[in-house]
Amino acid sequence: MIETRQLTKRYGDFTAVDAISFKVEPGQVLGFLGPNGAGKSTTMKMVAGFLAPTSGSATVAGYDIETQPLEAKRVLGYLPEGAPSYGEMGVREFLDFIASVRGLSGDLRDKRVDDAVGRLHLERVLEQPIDTLSKGFKRRVGLAGAILHDPKVLILDEPTDGLDPNQKQEVRSLINSMARDKTIVISTHLLEEVHAVCTRAIIIAGGRILADATPGELEARSRYHQAVSLTAGNVQQARDALAKVADIASIEVDPQDNRITAFPKPGRQIFVAVSDALKAQDVAVRELALEPGRLDEVFRTITQGATGKEART
Amino acid sequence: MSGTMTIFKRELRSYFATPVAYVFIVIFLLLSGAFTFYLGGFYERGQADLQPFFNFHPWLYLFLVPAVSMRLWAEERKSGTIELLLTLPVTMWQAVVGKFLAAWAFIAIALALTFPIWLTVNYLGSPDNGVIFASYLGSLLMAGAFLAVGSCLSAATRNQVVAFILTVVICFLLLLAGYPLVLSAISAIAPQGVVDAIAGLSFLTHFESIGKGVIDLRDIIYFVLTILVWLYATAVVIDMKKAA
Repeated sequence: MIETRQLTKRYGDFTAVDAISFKVEPGQVLGFLGPNGAGKSTTMKMVAGFLAPTSGSATVAGYDIETQPLEAKRVLGYLPEGAPSYGEMGVREFLDFIASVRGLSGDLRDKRVDDAVGRLHLERVLEQPIDTLSKGFKRRVGLAGAILHDPKVLILDEPTDGLDPNQKQEVRSLINSMARDKTIVISTHLLEEVHAVCTRAIIIAGGRILADATPGELEARSRYHQAVSLTAGNVQQARDALAKVADIASIEVDPQDNRITAFPKPGRQIFVAVSDALKAQDVAVRELALEPGRLDEVFRTITQGATGKEART
Repeated sequence: MSGTMTIFKRELRSYFATPVAYVFIVIFLLLSGAFTFYLGGFYERGQADLQPFFNFHPWLYLFLVPAVSMRLWAEERKSGTIELLLTLPVTMWQAVVGKFLAAWAFIAIALALTFPIWLTVNYLGSPDNGVIFASYLGSLLMAGAFLAVGSCLSAATRNQVVAFILTVVICFLLLLAGYPLVLSAISAIAPQGVVDAIAGLSFLTHFESIGKGVIDLRDIIYFVLTILVWLYATAVVIDMKKAA
């Protein structure tokens, strides 16, 4: 479990993290979303005990990171931003070092290191100096170091940055496979990642929490939520047909691909009505889809609203 | 304790994984040899002792030790590994001491590799090996003091060049604290008590007194305390950066 209370970090006059409070339970995967400089990494650094908060507190599995740092760090696996590692060391050597510092020794150490190596597919590069590895491998070495003591709490700062799509997919399924009994916090720029791994998302900008909800709930805030989109052979004919549906609030046509999107009035469902209307008017429809809502649009609305507000004050 | 040892081993190994170790050792041996024979007049003196050898150690260390210490923390900060290290379950003190001891052990290895000169002097005559042993001890302690100063200044900056220059300057002042260059400047602005206190901080006077073969506990305590104070300062500096 991770809990922060009014966690704040100030650098002089600049407030990087402004009284952030949240709680993550075991079994949850929390996604930290936000534009660059929003305070995601600073928050994670404070929870991991690398930065001391200006005020407020953070606990990891019940241990206060400032008053019981060793206990907290023992149950925590942390991947810092950029996945730093000692470049001159070999992969195996580096992981052995992390395991030793964490108090693992002998057979147990070998077993844990082998397990982490297997999970992140590092077998091929075990003896290579980390400096000579590609960005993707470096990131996976860092991840292996973070998970090898089987921590109860995991904090991963951009775990999939620099990975190719296949590797991203693998890391995501790794996170999913660990999610059941662990408390996991990841930060990411990628909204599709929130869908793939997170059970909950917090959007922060300007150091403040702007939204805290499940990915589904966030999507429901999108104006595209419950909208119906379609492509028709004859755009004008389709628009005329849609105009007869009472619950449609507005219709938009994408000038590039002529895709038509119909937005419902608040709280109404229009899919069936739209499909009936099109059938009744005999409009040739190539495709018809119910939109779940667009996270990127929600993200933009929320974060730009916040920065706009700040610019004014 | 195991945290300190693990960090110590990793650090020491990393010296030898890069050219740093070999360059340092070769230069150290070459320079200490050159100084002893050319500037120190090892043969011309006609005495079976290693004074010409040890006399130059403070000046060799003045430039070579900061070259080792400058990377201690500045490099960790620059490459971001400091974040990794300080979020592992080790205390700040374990990390500071582990890294320091590794650097010290590395210099001890370089110092030990000067043994041929000890063999030479024993072959040529019959020196007082007690004095030589004491001088080696004094040299090692002084190197430790230089390193501890360097460790603190390396923690204060992410720039290794800045760390190097600051360390050289401060070590130079500490070396000469008992000499007119430093003392006359201070006596102009401070009372005699302060001047005496600063004179007592001089690396050189303590090193020379150990080098005479009299291992005075006070000299050893002086170096050990100096090391501990600067290491403590290192931990304080890192803690301050954490809260900054």
